[in-house]
Amino acid sequence: MESLDLAKISVREFNHLLHNELDASACPEIEVLNPNGLHNLAVGLNVPVKLNIRGHAGYFVAGMNKQAEVTVFGNVGWSVAENIMSGTVRVKGFASECAGASGHGGCVVVEGDASSRCGISMKGCDIVVGGNVGHMSAFMAQAGRLVVCGNAAHGLGDSLYEAVIYVRGKINGLGADAREEPMEESDLSAVRDLLERAGMDCPVTEFKRVASARMMYHWDPDRKELY
Amino acid sequence: MNQGIDREENYSFSSSVLSYIDRAAERGVYDIRGLGAKRQIPTFDDLVFLTASMSRYPLEGYREKCATKTVLGSLRAKKPIELEIPITIAGMSFGSLSANVKEALGRAAREMGTSTTTGDGGMTPEERESSKTLIYQCLPSRYGFNPDDLLKADAIEIVVGQGAKPGGGGMLLGLKISERVAAMRKLPEGIDQRSACRHPDWTGPDDLAIKILELREITDWQIPIYIKIGATRVRDDVKLAVKSGADVVVVDGMQGGTAATQQVFIENTGIPTLPAVRLAVEALEEMDMLGKVQLIVSGGIRTGADVAKALALGADAVSLGQSVLMALGCNRPFYVDGDRQVDVSGEYEALGTAAGHCHHCQSGLCPVGVTTQLPELEKRMQPEWGARRLKNYLQTLNMELTTIARACGKSNVHHLEREDLVALTVEAAAMAKLPLAGTDWIPGVKQG
Repeated sequence: MESLDLAKISVREFNHLLHNELDASACPEIEVLNPNGLHNLAVGLNVPVKLNIRGHAGYFVAGMNKQAEVTVFGNVGWSVAENIMSGTVRVKGFASECAGASGHGGCVVVEGDASSRCGISMKGCDIVVGGNVGHMSAFMAQAGRLVVCGNAAHGLGDSLYEAVIYVRGKINGLGADAREEPMEESDLSAVRDLLERAGMDCPVTEFKRVASARMMYHWDPDRKELY
Repeated sequence: MNQGIDREENYSFSSSVLSYIDRAAERGVYDIRGLGAKRQIPTFDDLVFLTASMSRYPLEGYREKCATKTVLGSLRAKKPIELEIPITIAGMSFGSLSANVKEALGRAAREMGTSTTTGDGGMTPEERESSKTLIYQCLPSRYGFNPDDLLKADAIEIVVGQGAKPGGGGMLLGLKISERVAAMRKLPEGIDQRSACRHPDWTGPDDLAIKILELREITDWQIPIYIKIGATRVRDDVKLAVKSGADVVVVDGMQGGTAATQQVFIENTGIPTLPAVRLAVEALEEMDMLGKVQLIVSGGIRTGADVAKALALGADAVSLGQSVLMALGCNRPFYVDGDRQVDVSGEYEALGTAAGHCHHCQSGLCPVGVTTQLPELEKRMQPEWGARRLKNYLQTLNMELTTIARACGKSNVHHLEREDLVALTVEAAAMAKLPLAGTDWIPGVKQG
């Protein structure tokens, strides 16, 4: 296993190496040392490598990830795994705002809490949060699934499209056009599968399903309460 | 006398205002439309050039060279944008425009050695293939935004706002959300689709600075990054854009177009392009970044004279949207099918308008096949035909630009300067901070 020490190389050198000089078959797992909250670590990866970041990371860690399996052994700043396309990004600690924003595919796991707007504008990725999520999570989320093992702050799922949210704890208020729906067998199976992938163990029957009421799909000025 | 006032139009409640009130009372919803502001405002038409005479020496218009080469984004990128002309094509989405139109834009731009720009909805293979130089927009919606296309781009344009609707998002109505558009945007087909007004992963300029570094890291610092703003608080916004790390700032004045936005936005927000250019240049000067960070100006640029005036005021290039669509047939009373001109007056009438007045891009029912996703309408604008007309139009603008530059004694269009211009109206003089023609008076500037 190779290691890269961010106390010795710059972020630019680090990312350049991962983009251009990494042979994942020869080096399938890399330890990343001394991240010290640096921004933009491991962005734009497109290689099936396992990256273990030993410490806290700043904004946009693992942004636009493809294929790679990135684990941050610490907390992360804004927009972890934004626009993720595939692969897995795991945060062992807490995540700041906009975790998994606009993600197209792959899976984002936050073992602690995720702050506001978690899953904003998501477009097909899956996000599993072990703790709570902040306000306006899954705002305008288009596709994919957000699983919250803790509580959700107000404005959950505001202006949802086709993404689905599962919350185990308390929902402190839904956003415009979001509604609770009955859990079907397919939902239980989906949550079970996602929790298993995330390595979390919760009773799936305790989750509630939130999805779009689809009242905003066509502009209706007489539905003033929606706007 | 009484008879006169009995028939006199009420200035506050004109026929246009009465019509607006009637529609609002009938329907209970604001109007959404396309294109840009129609109201009369000070424009580049209110400026004229002081070409050469005894005190200046002109270049021969048909013999002496006048350079138009334009380099954008040279501050940090390893591969700055190099264009043959300072006239670029603005970002317009596949969704608002048909795939045929996007292809025509790319072909014409390639022939003229300039750039085209994607739009909301992502990059289509047709436009990437047809465009030699393609700017990839990063918009708040992030529809279709992905790292594969990012790595195919020649530059990135982060769209913070646009002149037609600064501070507002967008709305693409259901008729335009075809199967292909829906798939690219990951949305259900046929729904009214909202484009957000804020980016999902950053909020203020401090975050944007980090976001820009992320994009630079992903693209290995190869390509320039533009920031596009709608013209409101231009001086502050340009400074913040530069501070955030922009290589190029695009300022879009209130005449800038849109595919679909509330009428109240289009006519009542932002400032005209004329003062916006001046404010942007002053901001760059105050930061000692003029010439280091390039300035592109857009919003109501129609002629070679407009281009020349924008450059003389300090812009490095201009960007065209609506006028490009008009070169492709927008607002013509007919479309061309082989050798035939097919009249579409009835279709304009069905939209409640007429050729020359249409702004119904939002409807998806464009009679000349420019702003549509319906196959039977789209085929009315064939890429070969459109590319030829657009190439001619851009060529004309460039010839007009160099004609004026030579007459001002410049061997390079980028040598045009403020000293070459005066204003014809007090308003334009104040907005552009140029002397009123025949005087030394610049309104708002203290004399001596």
